[in-house]
This record gives sequence, structure tokens and C-alpha cells, in this order.
Amino acid sequence: MAAKPMLHYFNGRGRMEPIRWLLAAAGVEFEETFIDTPEDFEKLKNDGSLMFQQVPMVEIDGMKLVQSRAILNYIAAKHNLYGKDTKERALIDMYIEGVADLNEMILLLPVSPPAEKDAKITLIKDRTTNRYLPAFEKVLKSHGEDYLVGNRLSRADIHLVELLYLVEELDPSLLTNFPLLKALKARISNLPTVKKFLQPGGARKPPVDEKSVEKSRKIFKF
Amino acid sequence: MAGKPRLHYFNTRGRMESIRWLLAAAGVEFEEKLIQTPEDLEKLKNDGSLMFQQVPMVEIDGMKLVQSRAILNYIATKHNLYGKDIKERALIDMYIEGVADLIEMIMYLPMTPRDEKDAKITQIKDRTINRYLPAFEKVLKSHGQDYLVGNKLSRADIHLVELLYYVEEVDPSLLANFPLLKALKTRISNLPTVKKFLQPGSARKPLLDEKAIEEARKVFKF
Repeated sequence: MAAKPMLHYFNGRGRMEPIRWLLAAAGVEFEETFIDTPEDFEKLKNDGSLMFQQVPMVEIDGMKLVQSRAILNYIAAKHNLYGKDTKERALIDMYIEGVADLNEMILLLPVSPPAEKDAKITLIKDRTTNRYLPAFEKVLKSHGEDYLVGNRLSRADIHLVELLYLVEELDPSLLTNFPLLKALKARISNLPTVKKFLQPGGARKPPVDEKSVEKSRKIFKF
Repeated sequence: MAGKPRLHYFNTRGRMESIRWLLAAAGVEFEEKLIQTPEDLEKLKNDGSLMFQQVPMVEIDGMKLVQSRAILNYIATKHNLYGKDIKERALIDMYIEGVADLIEMIMYLPMTPRDEKDAKITQIKDRTINRYLPAFEKVLKSHGQDYLVGNKLSRADIHLVELLYYVEEVDPSLLANFPLLKALKTRISNLPTVKKFLQPGSARKPLLDEKAIEEARKVFKF
């Protein structure tokens, strides 16, 4: 039996969280080694484990993979969550890159300069309700199916639902006018593997707080 | 015969240039519809052609694809430039995401506030010679083959060589201590399709000067 994937990151969401979501949704058990101190990080770098001296890094199937997209693409393909052909994959990629763009804005909010934060939040809310959520609601409306692509669960559904949870944390009212997205969120959340991940004690990490941002800044020096 | 892919973007490198390189290297003829005024961009948005109201957009095989990674992944797969299996693809993805990180820094240097520019250039040079080029030189040294992955041309070689041209534009001396990368650059540049793309009169876009960028910013308000 293959060893479980081992995730190397700090004990927070950051750029590893979509990987945790995807592995969990695919029903893959994994382990985590948390980087808690600058020394932990130095050790990983000096080991030669990090191709570009950065995390996330995931040990999986004999590889030490860095770059979150490389990791996600591998997991998705391995677990048949990446569409049935190149055209389905093109749609999935288009959708998930849109998700990633909005996710990036939300991810970086805690580290934006305090003077810029309010403007950033306004921009995020505007993009959410005027650009991204309408685009995905339109996809679901166009085919009336239960999943974004190919009438079948794919990574696109997982990544989008992860994003919808983040949007809800920012401001629940943002989801008001998107009934199909709310239904997708409920459906995906009820899949046994996802349900387990969302329960307390699951591998899902809690929202960022100021203290953990400060800790990460010390370890990763940003 | 299928229609040629049609690229929609500004008359600049930006986020379309990697796509131009990849199509050209794959020997695929394409057309470009250049966005030259705010009205051109508005028309595209109002057409419903842009899923997230952004370019690049490429019309290809009956799809209107946005998001550069979605477009690149589709082209690479279609033209057998994405490895022979998911493990080769994982390596390719890891490498090209590192390339993308450095290209992003270089491509967006002109948008850096003037008082931050020198520091940014210093950081780019440091990352180039201490993080990225050593990582890729090490890959080539590890197997001694002519291509980064699988002893066969892939998109990883194309994207990396594109990057090496940008590095050379920033400062040719940056490549001095990387003989295997210099050899790769020469080899790839000599492939007939790439050689053609590198010649004057091709679709390859030039480095923009400060004045042209200021103009573009005024016209398109960014």
C-alpha cells in the first residue's frame, strides 16, 4: 500500500488549503508536518527538499512536489477529478483559474497594508458579486446539471465550493442572489468525504487571525 | 481544416506572450485581433466573449478560452508538449510554475512605482541567479539530457527558454554561470519553428519602453 501523502506547510490555510480540500474530497488520507519555527523552514531548505526554497511541498508517490498548481494538477488527474478529455479539462482550468484569482485576493487580504485594507475589501466584494459569482451561476444555469463540468464531480466543484465558504466568511450576504451556487455548496458539502473534512477535528484549517499571520511572517520573512 | 486560433489581446507581451511562444513552437499558425482602444475592449466584454471580462482570450476549436493557464494547458496537451504521463506532467508543472513566478516579476517590473523600481530589479536579479536558474541548471545536470523532462521536447523547455530571453534583456551577465541553460537556449532557438518565431516580422512582441507603457496605462486605465 502506498504511503500517505505528507504535506509540508505552516499550520494554517495559505496556499496549502486547496490541496487539503482536494485530497480530502478525493477520500485520500494524508499527513502534515507543520513548519513552526524559522529553523524548521531552514532545515527543509537545506535538505534540498524545496526546488525553489518555497512551500507548499507535498511528498507523494516518491516525488517532492512544490508549486501548488503542480500538486493540485497531479492529485486531480490521479483521482479522476480533471474531466474526461482535453476539452473538459480546458473548461475546468478556465473555471478554476477564475476561482484562484478571487481566492488570491482573499488570501492576501490579511497581509495588505492597513491603510489599503478597506479599499481591498470593497474591491473583493465588488469582484465577487459582479464578476466571479455571476460567471459561475451562469455556467450552472446554462446546463442545469449538478456539477460544473461534464455532469460529474470534478475539482472545479471542489475549488469553487471552497471559495464559496471563504466568501461566506467575508460576508454571507454576498451569496444571496446566487441560488444555484448555494445549492452546489450544499450538495458538495454533503458528499461523505467533504462532510467529514468540514467537521470539527477534520484537516480543514480555521480562518486566519492576526496572531498566526505574525507568526508566519517571522518564519517565512515576508 | 480547422480555423486558426485567434488571439485577443493588446499589442504587448503581457500575459499572452507565453501563448504566442507555445503556439509558434508547436508549429501552429494563428491570428491576432489586437485591442487598441477602450472601445475594442468594451465590445469584447459586451459580446459575452470574456468569462471574467479579462484577456487573454483565445478562440480555438470552437471555444472562447480565457485564463492563460487554461489556454496553455490545452495547447500543450493537444500538441503533445505536456509529457507522456501524469508524473512527467507533475515535473513539467513544477518547473513551469517556477518559470511563471519569475516571468511575472520581470513582466510587471514596468508597473512598479518609480521609487521601488531599483529594489525590485535587485530582487529579480537575486532570485534569478540564486533561486531559479540554479534550480533548472541542476535539473539538466542531473540527467544530462537535451530537454528538461523525459528526454523529449516539452512546454517546459519552451517556457524556460522564453524566460532566459527575458533574463538576458534584464542583464546578459545573469546567464554567465549557467552553461547547460545557455546550451538549452541555443538548442531550442535552433528548432525550425522557434527559429522562425525569433526572426523579425514574427508574432513575437518587443520589450515595451516606459513611454509606451504609460500610454497604454492612460488608454486602458490600469
